[in-house]
Amino acid sequence: MALQTIWFFLWGLLWALFFMTDGFDFGIGTLLPFLGKNDDDKRIMLNSMGPLWDGNEVWLITAGGVTFAAFPLVYSVMFSSLYSALMLILFALILRGVALEFRSKVDNPGWRQIWDVCIFVGSFAPALLFGVAFANIFQGLPIDENGLYHGTLFTLLNGYGLLGGLLFLLLFLVHGSLWLSIKTEGDLHERAAWTANKIWWALLVTAVAFLIASKFKTNLYDNYIANPALFFFIALNVLALLGIKLYLVRKAFFKAWFASSLTIVLCTFFGVIGLFPSLFPSNISPEYSLTAYNASSSPLTLKIMLIVVIIFVPVIIAYQAWAYNMFKGKVTKKDLEYEEAY
Amino acid sequence: MDVLLLSRLQFAAATMFHFLFVPLTLGLSILVAYMETKYVRTGDETYLSMTKFWGKLFLINFALGVVTGITLEFQFGTNWSRYSAYVGDIFGSLLAIEATAAFFLESTFIGVWVFGWNKISKKAHAIVMWLIAGASTLSAIWILIANGWMQHPVGYEIRNGRAELTDFAAVVFNKFGLLEFIHTVSAAYVLSAFFVMGISAYHLLKKQHIDFFTRSFKISLVFGLVFSIFLAINGDMHAVHVTEVQPAKLAAMEAHWETTARAPIHLFAIPDEENERNLIEIGSIPGLLSFLGHHDINAEVTGLKDIPKDERPPVFLTLLAFRTMVGLGTLFPLLMIIGWFLRNRLVESTLYLKVMLFAIPLPYIACEMGWVLAEVGRQPWIVYGLMKTADAVSPIATSQVAVSLVAFILVYGLLGATGFYLITKYAKKGPESAIEN
Ligand code: HDD
Ligand code: HEM
Ligand code: HEM
Repeated sequence: MALQTIWFFLWGLLWALFFMTDGFDFGIGTLLPFLGKNDDDKRIMLNSMGPLWDGNEVWLITAGGVTFAAFPLVYSVMFSSLYSALMLILFALILRGVALEFRSKVDNPGWRQIWDVCIFVGSFAPALLFGVAFANIFQGLPIDENGLYHGTLFTLLNGYGLLGGLLFLLLFLVHGSLWLSIKTEGDLHERAAWTANKIWWALLVTAVAFLIASKFKTNLYDNYIANPALFFFIALNVLALLGIKLYLVRKAFFKAWFASSLTIVLCTFFGVIGLFPSLFPSNISPEYSLTAYNASSSPLTLKIMLIVVIIFVPVIIAYQAWAYNMFKGKVTKKDLEYEEAY
Repeated sequence: MDVLLLSRLQFAAATMFHFLFVPLTLGLSILVAYMETKYVRTGDETYLSMTKFWGKLFLINFALGVVTGITLEFQFGTNWSRYSAYVGDIFGSLLAIEATAAFFLESTFIGVWVFGWNKISKKAHAIVMWLIAGASTLSAIWILIANGWMQHPVGYEIRNGRAELTDFAAVVFNKFGLLEFIHTVSAAYVLSAFFVMGISAYHLLKKQHIDFFTRSFKISLVFGLVFSIFLAINGDMHAVHVTEVQPAKLAAMEAHWETTARAPIHLFAIPDEENERNLIEIGSIPGLLSFLGHHDINAEVTGLKDIPKDERPPVFLTLLAFRTMVGLGTLFPLLMIIGWFLRNRLVESTLYLKVMLFAIPLPYIACEMGWVLAEVGRQPWIVYGLMKTADAVSPIATSQVAVSLVAFILVYGLLGATGFYLITKYAKKGPESAIEN
């Protein structure tokens, strides 16, 4: 396989890992005002992701960094074209990050209320906007031969883009409520499980709608039709989505969460496989699209980066898994007495 | 205002704000790790409460460092897209390596450190803090190699209309980046020492938690003493290298117009860039600039007049930044040496303690000025000698950048104020379980 091809899929994988890990944090943050009936509930929700969200967020930084390193032209055109959308995401992430850290530092309802709003906005907005951005990438953007973007922030808010946003939001909500179901007990646990069950149906409908809309709005299926074996991935995706419900009904929450992780990764790959070899397609003319071949770094850089990634990513996964394992188990009221708790 | 100016302002605001938090992360992580190690070794509870007290301040600062860093990671794409396309082959890989090698380690283990007090052994917990300290140092290495490459590009060839990597080792062992790393990290340690000493001084002046804060003070005194001296030495080495590879920056630092041997340094000067001369020069010391740049008082130093007008950096700002930094850099070892002599009667030395309390902002100013010197002095180049800043900016609408710049100022202003409030609140509150004496 050509280096560029390997990098194309690694690029997809890093984004998928980001959505899979930080996705449940976004879900929990969005659910905060709805599931957290009182301050204790809210703190339990926040502490359920407390030790992990920061490490999860680094997948985003890495996905961004790797885009820069392996496909500099994509980094340059993508982020300058999506300037306003990206800025909104970044500001949202700033608010979320400091809010988590600051919220419990002062014991005052007004203070906490402010940061609760920040956590909600800082989780909801990225969840939605990443979906909008990726759906727009799937369908192509008005990019000319010089990589100039002929549109505005509002160009992105078209039907298919918004559908993508909704899909991501629902995926993360299910993912987050499943995480909460694993991590909590009693009333909060019941509410989280109930939410996962309900939102799953909305997710199912949206996912089907998205698969159908993709047929009309994008060229994603071309690769699948050219190589029907690839439909296997879509089938697997559907199975994973159904698997969530299957395990939910059996109250096997960890397995359900695992299935939703798989769903998120496969959803990302549904698009990534369909895009190949384009990373940033132009809908003005396919010739202007940025692809793994015309936008990549030099072979030397790709080689060095591949070595770096092959060494570090397994190590990262190993110590992150170690950290996840260390913080397994329910978060309870008693844990809130821990002095460093959020 | 055009996109270029707005983008420059935005980048300057974003990096300078990020760098308010970076040095404390770099230095305090080491001090906290040291305190925790002492606790593990001796079992002395005071070291435990020291770890917790300084650790809490560390964490507030750390959170602000992380969130402000994330915007930077993407700004090369949003605001400097032509730069990114041109040098991404080299520069991009350095940023990506930083993320994979350092940020994951830092962010994953910070969660473990905060939430893991009862989950792992004491020893493992202390090791985790050392890992965090190591990871932040690692991140500094990579980002400064990246910046060093912009200051003095090496190991590349212009191919396919862009700079492509030809020699990775040359990029990594670029002397400029390594000197920046050594200088910046020592500066960070000095800043952290001042931070700990200043807050300790506050409590010692109030005669509270005396044992606790005397110990904290002394630990950071040693740290600060060593590194403030080392800082001045390696700053000087840095200046020699700058003279060699960026003559325009050196000339601007000293408002040196004519190429001469035995070039002087003026203790005070006001440049008149329009007429290529200095309005005022006071306290000129002949030969000192030659000595600073070449370690030889008779050496010839290139003057600004011999550098094309459109390749000269803004003289006044560069000059001011250098003077402020070096002035403070001379003061710091003195303060540390005085502290060394007073170390066994700190509580009675109220004047010294007061000075140290009010000295907390000084290393912050020195660090920011250091960056202004390095970055403004590099202008008009974004990559020295290779690409101009004006050619690097993204072809995007002015309104977008105007809006985001305002948003940056508002959000960062509020964040800064909140961070300051929280750090002061917890700093004043003092340790929770320290033994009163
Ligand atoms: C000399 C050190 C230094 C310098 C010059 C910079 N940084 Fe930084 N950065 C750090 C040292 C550091 C650190 C010590 O590792 C931080 C600071 C506070 C912290 O929490 O980690 C960090 C955090 C940090 C993060 C968050 C990482 C995380 O989640 O753990 C990002 C994405 C960046 N930085 C990116 C940048 C970029 C793109 C810079 C260039 C313009 C930059 N930093 C300048
Ligand atoms: C964190 C410490 C840093 C501070 C405080 C800082 C400060 C500044 C300032 C004041 C400017 C504006 C100069 C001007 O436009 O006149 C600037 C520009 C810039 N710096 Fe830095 N800088 C820092 C680190 C870095 C690093 C590590 C890099 C690269 C790896 C970098 C890359 C740039 C770029 C791309 C610009 C924009 C182009 C320009 O205006 O020159 N900076 N920085
Ligand atoms: C005592 C004498 C000092 C000397 C001779 C000195 C020298 C220098 C020089 C020549 C540069 C410019 C390098 C460039 O163009 O890239 C620089 C940058 C810098 N200085 Fe200093 N410095 C001194 C003290 C300090 C102090 C006290 C601090 C802060 C506590 C400090 C912090 C910085 C920082 C953060 C930078 C930017 C990063 C870099 O380029 O290394 N310096 N210094």
